Amino acid sequence: MATSEQARRRRWRRTEGSVFLALCLAATAAALVALVVLLITVGADGIGRVSWDFVNSYPSRFPEQAGIRAALLGTIWMMAFTALIAIPVGIGAAIYLEEFAPRGWLTKIIETNINNLAGVPSIIYGLLGLTIFVRVMDLGRSIIAGSLTMSLLILPIIIVSAREGLRSVPPSIREASLALGASPWQTVRFQVLAPALPTMLTGIILALSRAMGETAPLIVIGALTFIPFDPSGPGSAFTVLPIQVYNWISRPQAGFQETAAAGIIVLLAALLTMNAAAIALRGYFERNRRW
Amino acid sequence: MPVDAMEAPAPAPAPSWTFAHRSTSARRVREWPIYALLFACAAVSVITTFGIVFTLFEETVRFFEEISIVEFLTGTEWTPLFTNKHFGVLPLLNATLMIALTAMLFAIPLGMGVAIYLSEYAPGRVRAVVKPVLEILAGIPTVVYGYFALTFISPEIVRRLFGSDTPLFNALSAAIAMAIMILPLVSSLSEDAMRSVPNALREGAYGVGANKFEVSTRIVVPAALSGIVAACILAVSRAVGETMIVVVAAGNQPNLSLNPLEGMQTMTAYIVQISLGDTPRGTLEYSTIFAVAVMLFLTTLLLNIFAQWLIGRFREGYE
Repeated sequence: MATSEQARRRRWRRTEGSVFLALCLAATAAALVALVVLLITVGADGIGRVSWDFVNSYPSRFPEQAGIRAALLGTIWMMAFTALIAIPVGIGAAIYLEEFAPRGWLTKIIETNINNLAGVPSIIYGLLGLTIFVRVMDLGRSIIAGSLTMSLLILPIIIVSAREGLRSVPPSIREASLALGASPWQTVRFQVLAPALPTMLTGIILALSRAMGETAPLIVIGALTFIPFDPSGPGSAFTVLPIQVYNWISRPQAGFQETAAAGIIVLLAALLTMNAAAIALRGYFERNRRW
Repeated sequence: MPVDAMEAPAPAPAPSWTFAHRSTSARRVREWPIYALLFACAAVSVITTFGIVFTLFEETVRFFEEISIVEFLTGTEWTPLFTNKHFGVLPLLNATLMIALTAMLFAIPLGMGVAIYLSEYAPGRVRAVVKPVLEILAGIPTVVYGYFALTFISPEIVRRLFGSDTPLFNALSAAIAMAIMILPLVSSLSEDAMRSVPNALREGAYGVGANKFEVSTRIVVPAALSGIVAACILAVSRAVGETMIVVVAAGNQPNLSLNPLEGMQTMTAYIVQISLGDTPRGTLEYSTIFAVAVMLFLTTLLLNIFAQWLIGRFREGYE
């Protein structure tokens, strides 16, 4: 039979538990509220400025005439070259490490290295790009210099997710292929790569969306903030959306805040689409996995 | 997957399966250029590291040929662009650490609350929705957080709480925005750590009459502690290296102060300030950004190594 002391203790334990759950729920709610408030604030500030004219105009000293045409084109150019460079190198590195690397000190160094590189602040990549690509290789403050810098920045992300994709392919597939006389490379090329691709793709989309939002490294390598023309190729001077947004935020005139918010809306719309695509892709392929 | 894959890849376990030394066929010999090419791809990461070390340290050596390392590390004034130059990095270091730690002050309790809720309480459906939604926070460009700090957090929260004479650009607003940004990193990695605590531990505790609160706080959290601590350290490292939020919202004045309501300049913000200006290459002012960058690089490197070591230790615990 429970004494009153035990009853009180039991009540206390129940209260304690409910209070704790309430706190945890509050934390989760707070995080979600922060996201909603952020989206609403930016949306309310900028939605009035989003129009075809805004997308199709060059930057201007007058906030109501300023647009993102050059920045958007610069972003597209930079993303295209970043993808062209980073995806093959990243997948190549992942294939080597996951499938062919002998387990020795060299592999261990490369792996530790990739983990450390993933934690290097992005602005340091900017200094690397400035010295190596802009100065030593003399590429100037061009799209290609920016893309190379960005590629190095997102390479660790691509390698890690590509390895995850390769690891999800069961060894029995490889053994079967080898048993039929295929060489290791043929096995990877024809049997392993295709089923690993969906997971890789998810990681690649996320890595590219990271590159799309990065600002600091491109500021450091000297992407300009005022480009009143269309970038014309890999050697062209350029700016990107986040830099254009930053430039507008840092101006004192009130009208530019609105313009900045409109730029952010376009940027977020593109990023959220990419994220949604990555999540949808992952969901789809997880449901349709063959093993 | 997104957050941990993006921000903090854990040390990859040894490949479960590898072709190395398994085949001696003639085709393998003929295919050597392919293997060489693949190896070259993997070597890019090592070359990148050498590139970073070489770039940073070359200019830094030049800097320390003129400025004593003691002045750099102990000086309390940072005015490399003034006529009266001082090269004490403490104001930048102080701002960097203060903003990062203030951000953690918000992000750790909130992140832990989210992680415990998602791992221990939330029904699978809720978790499947909330987790990716929160990870959107990690994917928002930091320049957007800068805008949010400047146009919402500072005027609507900080100035309302601490009086309208608080400067619009202040360290606290930047720290709050940063806390929102790193929250999903803390919660996602902590949640992974908690979920990998074996269920037998939980069941054992329920078996002796513990309730959910007791299981969460006295069994799961302690068991996952090293993973949680590692997540927090990685978050600190992220906060230390974060740039655009502080450039936009923290005020950009080197200021050795412990008052978060003042404007401050972090190491990253200083690098951006010089990059935006027209400081000519080869000058002492130009080499300052590399000295500051070395400081930043070493700080984050130590934090990352420590975090990885913790994760590694934690992994072994349940194998």
